[in-house]
Amino acid sequence: MGDYEPTIIAFVCNWCTYTAADLAGTSRLVQPANVRMVRMMCTGMVDPKYIIKALLEGADAVLVSGCHPGDCHYINGNLKARRRMKLLKEILPKFGFDERRLKMTWIGASEGIDFAETVRQMTAEVKALGPNDLRTRMVL
Amino acid sequence: MSKIGKITVKDRDTVSSLQDFLKLLLQKGAVEAVLVQQRLAINNAVMPALITDIENLGQADPLAPAFALNGARMLSRLTRKPLDAPIAAVMRPCEIRAFVELVKLKQGSVDNVILISADCLGAYPNNDYAKVAGMGAGAESTLSFYRNIISGKGTAAQDADISPACKSCEHPAAVNADITIGLLGTNMEENLLLIANTPKGEKLLADLGVKVEDEPLDGRKSALDALVGERIEYRDRMFARTSEAVSSVEKLMGYLRACVNCHNCRVACPVCYCRECVFTTDVFDHEPAQYLRWAKRRGALKMPTDTVFFHLTRLAHMSAACIGCGQCSNACPNDVPVMELFRTVAHGVQGAFGYGAGASLEDEPPLSVFHEKEFCEVTGGHD
Ligand code: SF4
Ligand code: SF4
Ligand code: FES
Repeated sequence: MGDYEPTIIAFVCNWCTYTAADLAGTSRLVQPANVRMVRMMCTGMVDPKYIIKALLEGADAVLVSGCHPGDCHYINGNLKARRRMKLLKEILPKFGFDERRLKMTWIGASEGIDFAETVRQMTAEVKALGPNDLRTRMVL
Repeated sequence: MSKIGKITVKDRDTVSSLQDFLKLLLQKGAVEAVLVQQRLAINNAVMPALITDIENLGQADPLAPAFALNGARMLSRLTRKPLDAPIAAVMRPCEIRAFVELVKLKQGSVDNVILISADCLGAYPNNDYAKVAGMGAGAESTLSFYRNIISGKGTAAQDADISPACKSCEHPAAVNADITIGLLGTNMEENLLLIANTPKGEKLLADLGVKVEDEPLDGRKSALDALVGERIEYRDRMFARTSEAVSSVEKLMGYLRACVNCHNCRVACPVCYCRECVFTTDVFDHEPAQYLRWAKRRGALKMPTDTVFFHLTRLAHMSAACIGCGQCSNACPNDVPVMELFRTVAHGVQGAFGYGAGASLEDEPPLSVFHEKEFCEVTGGHD
């Protein structure tokens, strides 16, 4: 179980985490290649159905990462995103999705190290959880 | 002690005595129209109607154990722009709670509306109501429903019973109504209580010349507590059973296996608030080639697609606002027990946000407010 390579779909804010990820890349911080990045103008734009769809399509985990509270370029998009995450963390586990497959972080533009560390940790955690078998099964 | 007025029931005919009370609303000019369930001449069907002519109130039957649709949607149509004259809406407690949610979403207004609600002892599913109402002509079937309850025979009749949504409803008495018509804690074949819950309600009773007296409501309270207790017990068993039945995606797919994506459950839901549902837009008009790609990836693609996706997304939209009316199940052509599913999830969601859908106009809907310092567990304890 532990030796598969998980796929993490990351919805990241253009103004912070996306830049941090870029920084992590250019500074050659070691970083597993498991993340598929979706660049959003703000985490406030991450509709819950994107996350639901990602999981139903077989993503092993979803990361939403945006600006620290107070730093959102649209004032409070990140706070809205947090409530939506709270909502999904309540709904999806009812259907057996492990809560650890849903992660939210605040990672500022200069925090490349944090980004690398988040991804490393998440990858390890999701590896231990095993694959999301919806990837290969027919979903009604 | 509360200020209580009474409707004296003549000839044990609760329905016509209640009609007389509603007629008074129009006679005294207190309102311009009454939105209320009306018995249609055709096949004993019962539907909400907006009544302006006193004569027509002779067919009003708010107590009929029929619940064709959630009237909150109708009242929202009537109040989405300011009304120039007051109207009264006679609705079930769950219709009022749904309306409260819609008002908070700016899809309706309580200005110039007087909300009246009778204690609700339940209603049959739409398919069964026709059968049950066939028993007697007109309002006779309504009267026999209550007689059976009073005599201890219960609500089951003609192989049918009130819907699971009603059996599991812990709000049989409206809290947000201006006037509650009390059936509990009184002999409803002799008297109905008129309880004013708001200044608007008190004013209405005064305008109608209803005599109010200070009366203790102890009997009513114990009758209500007993009923609520029974329902919560049923509800909690339903929650446990449903949680178990959907505890994995595999099981959820089994639970929804008969769903054909007709979206009736969404149309019937009073709190599915989007003006246009994304699932009916071209976002879901997938490219023909896309279907083939999907099929190839997993070897087979169930069609129509996106069934589980639809229900999970719907839950993300309405679970904070679900008031448990059961109209989703009522509307499903394939008997998917959607009410049980939606209510079970909604209960958890509302608990997580400390919110009670429909409880008050003041509490802000969970997904429309947010604060800087809250739910820091979501981001691993960092805020
Ligand atoms: S989900 Fe079902 S029970 Fe809940 S409010 Fe909508 S129609 Fe009523
Ligand atoms: S009403 Fe029934 S069949 Fe139609 S979408 Fe809802 S669950 Fe599916
Ligand atoms: S702009 Fe980064 S989360 Fe809103």
